[in-house]
Amino acid sequence: MPKKVISGNYAAAYATKHARVEVVAAYPITPQTSIIEKIAEFIANGEVENLEYVPVESEHSAMAACIGASATGARTFTATSAQGLALMHEMLHWAAGARLPVVMVDVNRAMAPPWSVWDDQTDSLAQRDTGWLQFYAENNQEVYDGVLMAFKIGEHEKVNLPVMIIESAFILSHTYDVVDMLEQEEVDEFLPPRKPLYSLTDFDNPFSIGALGTPADYYEFRYKIAKAMEEAKKIIKEVGKEFGEKFGRDYSQMIELYKTDDADIVFMGMGSLMGTVKEAVDILRSEGYKVGAAKVRWFRPFPREELYELAKSVQGIAVLDRNFSFGQEGILFNEAKGILYNTDAKPIMKNYIVGLGGRDLTVNDVRKIANNMKKIIEKGELDKEIDWYHLKR
Amino acid sequence: MMIEIRFHGRGGQGAVTAANILAEGAFLEGKYVQAFPFFGVERRGAPVTAFTRIDEKPIRIKTQIYEPDVVVVLDPSLLDTVDVTAGLKEGGMVIVNTEKTKEEVLEKLKKKPAKLTLVDATTIALEILGLPITNTSILGAVAKATGIVKIESVEEAIKETFSGELGEKNAKAAREAFEKTVVYEL
Repeated sequence: MPKKVISGNYAAAYATKHARVEVVAAYPITPQTSIIEKIAEFIANGEVENLEYVPVESEHSAMAACIGASATGARTFTATSAQGLALMHEMLHWAAGARLPVVMVDVNRAMAPPWSVWDDQTDSLAQRDTGWLQFYAENNQEVYDGVLMAFKIGEHEKVNLPVMIIESAFILSHTYDVVDMLEQEEVDEFLPPRKPLYSLTDFDNPFSIGALGTPADYYEFRYKIAKAMEEAKKIIKEVGKEFGEKFGRDYSQMIELYKTDDADIVFMGMGSLMGTVKEAVDILRSEGYKVGAAKVRWFRPFPREELYELAKSVQGIAVLDRNFSFGQEGILFNEAKGILYNTDAKPIMKNYIVGLGGRDLTVNDVRKIANNMKKIIEKGELDKEIDWYHLKR
Repeated sequence: MMIEIRFHGRGGQGAVTAANILAEGAFLEGKYVQAFPFFGVERRGAPVTAFTRIDEKPIRIKTQIYEPDVVVVLDPSLLDTVDVTAGLKEGGMVIVNTEKTKEEVLEKLKKKPAKLTLVDATTIALEILGLPITNTSILGAVAKATGIVKIESVEEAIKETFSGELGEKNAKAAREAFEKTVVYEL
């Protein structure tokens, strides 16, 4: 398949087509809608076979339908944003607890009120404890590649967990960009049909899911999910490496490092804003700054070991959070700081709250942050730990 | 060198589609491209902004365009209400759909561009499409004035975007505008 200029949402839709998804159940919400519209178009045009589209009356029902479909062994997909994802919350626990590898694209959108349709990571990060894997895409290419890898990783017999692929509202979802798609045969070879461990329609081997877990058993069920999440790190790296070997785009690192080798200051963050940050790193380096970027691709499972290796070698980490946990701090900052506490890696870490509700983070903003970090490192102490960077004063 | 283009139109005139078609045209010539609307809540008639970036290498930057090389104005009435030259680079260019003269347009611009390009895209669109939708004709002027893309690539991108007769007519409008565009070095 040649390269094509498509939006992030169309990249997601094409990936579901190439992954030969069998069931889609979804409810429209801006800015996710054009994903499921495109999938509906594939069906209307007869471009896909064996794809059942289940129209539902809410996101809660969408996820419920996905759970049922996935339990029969079908490769299942849905997509949503913000309030829609929040409405699914109960069912997200259900999908993970029942060990069903549903794949969902969440188009990051700020939570209301006030109403906003723009980019913000708090909707997906609020689902961090549901047992879903989470991958944050930087660009449309990563949306496409991410959806394909998500099925392979989630459906792996050692994982069997649902996967959320996350893209930015408008900045990716509605931005047209060059995407290098794969040939159908290449995808078929990389991603064979799902082999479910159990299927509700396997009438010779009946079983039940979602039964009562008494205090004597529930604990072990939880441990198994925790273990599968740990195991998922290995599978993510294997699949990411295989993807790189086959198609030239390597995803074996759960944290993508950009020019961090000799960097004193590293900007760490997730999603589309890291594209601008990488551009800024090149510009700042040409101006003499020793800076690099660390893009956290996978937030769940969290790549603790990769973070430690990075933290050992740098003086300062500026964590850029396009999200906030009220009463605490940026969520990536909170996690990264916590992970390093019991290690000997103690870089200076500062939290910059950026881009909430679609506020632009520009190259010049990154330069200002670099200057602030430089001062902090020279002084050896933080001016403040949490910086509401864009605040109008 | 990356080239950044900002489109100003009104909801319903197709500024967003113009940004996308221009990107597609440059892509057909082997360039890397990015096209996106200003992420507002679109309403018919309200001012709309859309952007295109074109480069020889992959485009990583994900911000809006604050310092465009080229500004394209699809609706001349916007000159009275929007500062279309805001942030325009030194040596930058403004392309306006208008039946007015160079002097009349310059009077309305807050900043004098290095090049001013005028085309009466509305009349062309009315003649060929029967509708005052100027997004495809204005792209003929963009091709002529900037040389960023060839007119042939614009025509091809238009035909990819609109199928059949609609594509043919829109491509014709772009070609017609290409022929009639006047570029002033200032």
